[in-house]
Amino acid sequence: MNLKRKDLLTLEELSGEEIIQILDTAASFKEVVQRPVKKVPALRGKTVVNLFFEPSTRTRTSFELAAKRLSADVVNFTASASSLVKGESLLDTVRNIQAMNVQTIIMRHACSGAVNLVAKNIQASVVNAGDGKHEHPTQGLLDMFTIRETKGEFKNLTVTLVGDIIHSRVARSNIHGLLKMGAKVRIVGPATLLPKTFARLGVEVHYRLEDAIADADVINILRIQLERQDGQCFPSAREYANLYGVNARRLKLAKPDVLIMHPGPMNRGVEISPRVADGPNSVILDQVTNGVAVRMAVLYLLTGGESDENSD
Amino acid sequence: MRILIKDGRIIDPANNRDTAGDLWLEKGRVLEITPPGVRAPENCDPVIAASGLVFGSGLGYRHVHLREPGAEYKETIASGTRAAAAGGITSLACMPNTEPPIDNLAMVELILSKAKNQGLVNVFPIACITKGRAGRELTEMGELKAAGVVAVSDDGDPLSSPGLMRSALQYAGMLDLLVINHAEDKSLSGQGVAHAGFMAVKLGLAGVPRSAMEIMMARDIILAEETNSRIHIPHVSTAGAVRMIREAKVRGVKVTAETAPHFLVLTDDCLLNYDTHVRVNPPIAEAEDQAALIEGLSDGTLDVIATDHAPHSRREKEMEFANAAPGICGLETMLSLALTCLVAPKKLSLLEALRCMTHNPGKIIKSSKGTLSPGADGDVIIFDPTAERIIQASEFQSQSQNTPFDGWKVQGEVMATLVAGRVVYRHASWNN
Repeated sequence: MNLKRKDLLTLEELSGEEIIQILDTAASFKEVVQRPVKKVPALRGKTVVNLFFEPSTRTRTSFELAAKRLSADVVNFTASASSLVKGESLLDTVRNIQAMNVQTIIMRHACSGAVNLVAKNIQASVVNAGDGKHEHPTQGLLDMFTIRETKGEFKNLTVTLVGDIIHSRVARSNIHGLLKMGAKVRIVGPATLLPKTFARLGVEVHYRLEDAIADADVINILRIQLERQDGQCFPSAREYANLYGVNARRLKLAKPDVLIMHPGPMNRGVEISPRVADGPNSVILDQVTNGVAVRMAVLYLLTGGESDENSD
Repeated sequence: MRILIKDGRIIDPANNRDTAGDLWLEKGRVLEITPPGVRAPENCDPVIAASGLVFGSGLGYRHVHLREPGAEYKETIASGTRAAAAGGITSLACMPNTEPPIDNLAMVELILSKAKNQGLVNVFPIACITKGRAGRELTEMGELKAAGVVAVSDDGDPLSSPGLMRSALQYAGMLDLLVINHAEDKSLSGQGVAHAGFMAVKLGLAGVPRSAMEIMMARDIILAEETNSRIHIPHVSTAGAVRMIREAKVRGVKVTAETAPHFLVLTDDCLLNYDTHVRVNPPIAEAEDQAALIEGLSDGTLDVIATDHAPHSRREKEMEFANAAPGICGLETMLSLALTCLVAPKKLSLLEALRCMTHNPGKIIKSSKGTLSPGADGDVIIFDPTAERIIQASEFQSQSQNTPFDGWKVQGEVMATLVAGRVVYRHASWNN
């Protein structure tokens, strides 16, 4: 059974059943990629375009591997190498790509909602690989997959997201997905990066890290964008680490079997101490491994199988 | 030549009139208003029968972006005034953010001459406060005023320096020239593209806090009070701004203010699908702000409903939300929106609503427009206040169609618009 939708733009729009379906499918693909021959023919003859208007290495690579392991043809399109520098509009760019008969466009863009605009205007499936500060649904799904792998269920779990929440698409996708599955979500960060209005999404808003991680089952630590930091949202990396850095001492407040997650790339010694990053509770590299399986599941469920396949 | 518009409901807020009657125009001016049918229509050509319709002084909206010269692909004086006529607007004040900007005598003369030759309605130019809208040197306001400028404004570029703003108020005040300053503190609005409320948080859009408008406006009110000059606050959108204007008026500060129809009918929930047609500056705020704006209009804190007509081409709207040009095409939807959201639910009487669109804007720019007193210009609209219609952007007279109201079912249809006794717009279905 495929997903009954053309695009995957947000976790907000998915039902709990759809999330479970993606996670279950990802579990079977994870088994595939652990085989010596890591390839299935599900998307043979189909073309997937990685359309990245923002620099990315790991997400793009993860999607590329996912598509290749499903036997799709993959084309990478990066903004700097494109006609965008010549002033072409976003819609003209994607309509041109569409005209080359591609089935799926995986898109990252610096503007929130840019994927909605594209999805509305083309026939190809659009997978959101991060739109501005809005959502990053496959990251949310791979985080949930990783949690479920260890914890089994989401009900009764307390998941704490730490960091620059207002600018984080990872945070929004996690919040929508986890709440839908019955987890309790806490978010914590400096007030300048975490408006109180987030509470209306149904999460607990905290400003003291200690309160937010007390008895937590999962701590998902977001990257602080030091390169964008101009001293107006928080004074320094040092002060940030003092107040919001997750270190071994603070980790004792959480449950002993707490999972430590991070979407990467990490600023070691700032939002996360090296001991915690490499410690026994860390599943940070599992997230990366799972990312490929989850993205295979999404690509497969949106465009694979059924319609084009012969029933031989 | 004498024109009789007979047997209608005549609304003239300047004279607190809302009565049945006949309106007589002669030589392009209002001759008199008589009770219905008391005098025979001799020598009248034409006689316009307006049974059941309302007529009143033509609407006069300030704050229109006509775009010519510089961006004629969005709008021209010809298309903009055609749109105005279709919307029942007989006078408009156009903003100086043209290219080049209206900051010298030659530009004012260009606008006035184009308006005279190609315009269907009265055009009152607003000139820049500073040369090139650059926020450094004052324009030659004495000469500009003599040429016919009704106010000065740097449009979307607020005067950030309080010192310069104080000086502009003093100088313009000396000339009895109105100053309009876009109330936005750019260090607070930053990269913001939407009201900094829950919707912006949810959608991941950079937010503009209410303080961005309110701090700049508070500063301007303080400076207007200190210099005893007139200040006009454009497109008020927040509850706090309404409160401050109310307080300032009580103190006797010479402050006037306007809001725009989109703030009266939309809240930030409209952001949901990233529809760039609701991208507007200042941004659309929340329900509590909307309630305060309506209250402000009904208690007289806000003087004017103005279109903030900001036409943009499809190319500038069909893009990423944050990159889309801010603004809404407003001339042809204003009256219907006001009737639908203010008059139909009885928040304002028809007389009060029209006052905010006719007499008050005229008064603020010290124009004799916006009234049907004998001798006034024969600028009249005839409209059906309860006719239902569907707004269709594709049928706009304006060169641009950027409106979030396409497909909306609204009340109020303009049947005819007269400027100086001449019919400049006639509704297709009206065979009078």
